[in-house]
Amino acid sequence: MSTSQQPIGGTLGTEVVPVAPGVNLLRAAIILLAFAMAAAVPIAFASSYQLFQLTLAGTYAIAILGLNIVTGFNGQISLGHGAFYAVGAYTTAILMTHFDMPYWETLPIAAVVCGVLGFGVGFPALRLGGLYLALTTFSLAVAVPQILKYRGVEDWTGGVQGTFLVKPDAPEFTGLNNDQYLYLFVLTLAALLFLMMANLLHSRIGRAMRSIRDHPTAAEAMGMDIARIKTRTFALSAGITGLAGALSAIAVEYVAPDSFNVELSINLFVGMVVGGVGSIVGPIFGGLFIVFLPNVAESVSRAAPGVIYGVILIFFLYLLPQGFAGFPRRIAALFRKRRQD
Amino acid sequence: MSGVALLEVSNIVVRFGGVTAVGGVSFAVDDQQICGLIGPNGAGKTTLFNCISGIYQPNEGDIRFRGEMVTGQPRHRMIGLGIGRTFQNLALFRSLSVRDNVLAGAHHLGRAGFIACGLHLPWVGREAARLDAEAQRLMAMLDLTAVAEVPVASLPFGTQKRVEMARALIGQPRLLLLDEPAAGLNHGEVDELAGLLRRVREGFNLSILLVEHHMNLVMNVSDKVVALDFGRKIADGTPHDVRNDPDVIAAYLGEAPHERAA
Ligand SMILES: Nc1ncnc2c1ncn2[C@@H]1O[C@H](COP(=O)(O)OP(=O)(O)OP(=O)(O)O)[C@@H](O)[C@H]1O
Ligand SMILES: [Mg+2]
Repeated sequence: MSTSQQPIGGTLGTEVVPVAPGVNLLRAAIILLAFAMAAAVPIAFASSYQLFQLTLAGTYAIAILGLNIVTGFNGQISLGHGAFYAVGAYTTAILMTHFDMPYWETLPIAAVVCGVLGFGVGFPALRLGGLYLALTTFSLAVAVPQILKYRGVEDWTGGVQGTFLVKPDAPEFTGLNNDQYLYLFVLTLAALLFLMMANLLHSRIGRAMRSIRDHPTAAEAMGMDIARIKTRTFALSAGITGLAGALSAIAVEYVAPDSFNVELSINLFVGMVVGGVGSIVGPIFGGLFIVFLPNVAESVSRAAPGVIYGVILIFFLYLLPQGFAGFPRRIAALFRKRRQD
Repeated sequence: MSGVALLEVSNIVVRFGGVTAVGGVSFAVDDQQICGLIGPNGAGKTTLFNCISGIYQPNEGDIRFRGEMVTGQPRHRMIGLGIGRTFQNLALFRSLSVRDNVLAGAHHLGRAGFIACGLHLPWVGREAARLDAEAQRLMAMLDLTAVAEVPVASLPFGTQKRVEMARALIGQPRLLLLDEPAAGLNHGEVDELAGLLRRVREGFNLSILLVEHHMNLVMNVSDKVVALDFGRKIADGTPHDVRNDPDVIAAYLGEAPHERAA
């Protein structure tokens, strides 16, 4: 009678990552085709507002990719990745407005700034272990918007009002308008980052992350330096999420403290769970979910979109306890059950 | 390094609050030797084992491995020194496949870091291929090839124990610490284990420290046996001598050894 359904908490980081990183031609072809579709279809058909929404979903997908490395593969919980998203966004905003830096030059800097910040936060918190990281990052998420409003740094951050940026112009040879170009830029960067993450997770480092998550004592006996790997994983995660924040600043053309409140961190966490904790492609679904579900909820009920949002979320997690990424497996399991009945 | 034993344990004392779990034990393990460590329940075997594998720091005494001090070194350094281990109650990486579990044992032999792995540089691929071939060889030796891609948690107990062995061996230890490897195995499996331990000692050029309750297994495979009782060494010699030692017999019959009767 018992199905393989697990409680939601129980799925946290228990997904088995498929092996065989070997260059599978068919797989490469499918990925290329998916990328071409994801690029061509919106550019051909989407309105400029829809392109903007998709661009934003892309930045969220990258942010969740960063969060998922820490939670899905290394088993640490961060409730404050919105803070890194914010710092990345502000780094880009400040460099573009105060230093006249071209947008693309600010991206690696934002990633490094957030990586260093992540290292600084992770270094002590990860040594304490358990829920300390969750609480430390949560405090960070609470503190960051207030720090951004602080009078003393107003000249740089723009204080409560925030700062406006200029959307980059599409290079002429592309023949695209600015919205189309930015979408393609974010999509390409996202694809590269996802590819790098897949490489990393199939390597000895990814294996070490998962080993530490599964059994720290045994991992140490295999020569894995837990503190070092956890801290670096967290720094990498923060850097990627910061890069996503930087891209979002460029897409939105505006940064303000209230765009980066605690709700953002919670949204990223929800997006990760919905996409599939410990799944490489899950964050793509998570990013789309964060951007489009509020619209859906709003269209169902103007009066109480929050309630609809909650109901959809719960219903969804009930149907797909392993997130979107677990959907094919769930279908397969249902078919198998049918056959047995 | 001639004349120096592979492992030298000197005057180890471990106290837990008021309890002295190990009270001044010394012994040595030579190259390519299988050394059994026996004693009744609570004798201090696991505690001593944990000192050698770096889990506990002894209150007194020191442990040298190939002349180098082991005490005080961080745990993740042990396998790099050449000390590998398995666990009394399985300690596999549950969500990983058998192959990935085995490869995890080779972690310290790899050099690729975060950036090199993320970019999948050509040498990273070569390094991974080399270790993968080694994993393949060990899985074949331990009859695990058929289940290589299976998540390890779904396998029977005896198979999981072989995975642990493969994971320990791929790390190229000079000394292999085994805590009760026969626990939970049936008769036939224990015989297989005895054969495996001998083959491993020859084939991998290593020494084994075997903590075990299964007396037949210990006496059968060990070159020498160290017996503990109440945290003290009561015998140290060939299996034949230790088996016939009056203190050992008394300890296993539940009496206080006559030397200590004061
Ligand atoms: N962490 C601990 N805290 C307090 N006392 C401990 C601890 N570990 C072991 N002891 C005590 O130290 C003594 C030796 O225990 P140890 O586990 O080393 O024995 P053992 O020889 O491995 O026994 P067994 O054959 O039952 O595994 C026992 O009296 C035990 O109660
Ligand atoms: Mg024990």
